[in-house]
Amino acid sequence: MPWVLWIPAGLALALVVLPVAGLLVRTDYARLPALLTSDAALSALRLSLVTALASTIACVVLGVPLAVVLARARGRGVRLVRAVVLLPLVLPPVVGGLALLFLLGRNGFLGYLLDVVAGVSVPFTTTAVVIAQTFVAMPFLVVSLEGALRSGGQRYELVAATLGARPWTVFRRVTVPLLLPALGSGAVLSFARALGEFGATITFAGSLEGVTRTLPLEVYAQAQADVDSAVALALLLIVVAVVVIAVARPKAFDR
Amino acid sequence: MSLHVDVAVTRGRFTLDVTFDVPAGSVLAVLGPNGSGKSTLLQCLAGLLVPDSAAVTLDGRTLTRAPGVQVPVHDRGIGLLAQDPLLLPHLTAVENVAFGPRSQGVRPSRARAQAREWLRRADAAELTGRRPAQLSGGQAQRVAIARALAGGPRALLLDEPLSALDVDAAPAIRGLLRRVLRRTQSAHSGESGDGEVVPDGERCAVLVTHDPLDVLALADDVVVLDAGRIAERGPAKEVLAAPRTAFTARIAGLNLVPGVAAADGLHAPNGRFVAGVPSGDCLPGEPAVAVFAPGAVAVHPAGAPHTGSPRNVVDARVASLEPHGAVIRLRTAGDGGAETGIAADLTPASVAELGLEPGSAVRLEVKAASVAVHPAA
Repeated sequence: MPWVLWIPAGLALALVVLPVAGLLVRTDYARLPALLTSDAALSALRLSLVTALASTIACVVLGVPLAVVLARARGRGVRLVRAVVLLPLVLPPVVGGLALLFLLGRNGFLGYLLDVVAGVSVPFTTTAVVIAQTFVAMPFLVVSLEGALRSGGQRYELVAATLGARPWTVFRRVTVPLLLPALGSGAVLSFARALGEFGATITFAGSLEGVTRTLPLEVYAQAQADVDSAVALALLLIVVAVVVIAVARPKAFDR
Repeated sequence: MSLHVDVAVTRGRFTLDVTFDVPAGSVLAVLGPNGSGKSTLLQCLAGLLVPDSAAVTLDGRTLTRAPGVQVPVHDRGIGLLAQDPLLLPHLTAVENVAFGPRSQGVRPSRARAQAREWLRRADAAELTGRRPAQLSGGQAQRVAIARALAGGPRALLLDEPLSALDVDAAPAIRGLLRRVLRRTQSAHSGESGDGEVVPDGERCAVLVTHDPLDVLALADDVVVLDAGRIAERGPAKEVLAAPRTAFTARIAGLNLVPGVAAADGLHAPNGRFVAGVPSGDCLPGEPAVAVFAPGAVAVHPAGAPHTGSPRNVVDARVASLEPHGAVIRLRTAGDGGAETGIAADLTPASVAELGLEPGSAVRLEVKAASVAVHPAA
């Protein structure tokens, strides 16, 4: 390794570490307990954890079948579908939130249908938060699962079939167990992404305290009113993020 | 009760077009170099590939009739033993073996009991609780064999089952396969084990290989594939010992001397002793075959003094000389225990130097280390 690499590497590290350090320096530790246990902060934390967990579950339930279909289905259309699935990765979240609003909002065609048929309005509810978070987080899960499925190949599935296992048995007893490591890291990544989601949430779900105002939205709201409070909440998000990395430690972070 | 195969597939510029039957209880070897269509054939039989036109029937049941009928992989009753054992890494050895019975609806406790029995038959009883990551290549292949048989296949496909093993493990696994594939119904009818779904005597097998030794040890009959077509077919020993086409001779031509195994070689019926190296599963006193390649035979003028290390020396008369690619294949008149004579490969320069022609007297020498002694199929 040429030693010159140390210079940009050090800069990159500083770019990550220094802002966090700045936040730590700026924190008002005397008021920290009071700021973190305020009603607004606690309700935002609770909402964040609940919605991020719900969207992670939604990502797994919907993302695993999607990844298997993308990895195993043959045909020209699959390529196009894969590109579409990856869209939320590159799309600005605000645009995603706007798109969701025009689909599920009162004037969107699905939203109108839901309103007329079931009397349900999705935008600006906790459900909207979960949908927005799932929208931005699912590609993380799908990409890591599809990579694992492709690199693993179909040899184990084939051998299971020659032993008389029907397709559903093969999926349950071979495909899913072999996917578990990738599923773990994919789910952690999705959870972290959902937890940090801001743009799509504020556009599609708004910022109603206790209903749609998750931690990042609360940080943003406080940054304009009480900077100390915003910093304290930011610190909380950092702690949650560190805990996520430490507890679940996706393979991607290990190597 | 047999496997009937009639398959034609075109993939790009390659065409596979073969027809053969495998009688119940017998093993057919498909011998051919890489690219001859062996893998394509296996995929058609396993149900992974839909041929352009085909009829595959097993025990009278149509598995593939293209276009139209294609029984899915899990419902064909065809087991697969591949080069790579492909044990499911998240299951223990016994769980791997129990996978087949479990998938077919056998209760867990009974499936485990069957799995233990199959592991015992594959000499792998002590591996029961191990994970695939803790097994050596040979051990993993033993478990894979037990698993393939526990699935109760009516036909077994073997795809180069020994080629991924190192040279120390291969003979033992070859011996195990011999035992499970070739034991006849009558010999073991008393031992109708718990895991018996298809009686051993009725199961047929297709062995795909590029190694003539596998054919010799495991198969009854052989078809030789050349670029998607059958170049030659017949009883394994006859085809290997006396190839009728130059192609077969090049990939499979071997000298075979049948007889009775000894500790350091083989006694041929004509009283001659062939010094050689017995394989691991070869027991003295049992029927065996001494095998050596034509390239391992040195040719000297008749009456030349016997010097150096070769322990097998035969005086013979040249019957024929034919070009085989870059070398000349000399065949002697029937003698030396091999009914068809002994084949030896020489360069054109040596043929000229020795002044060889049909009828010439020669002395053949083979090092004992070049002669392998295998149990006779």
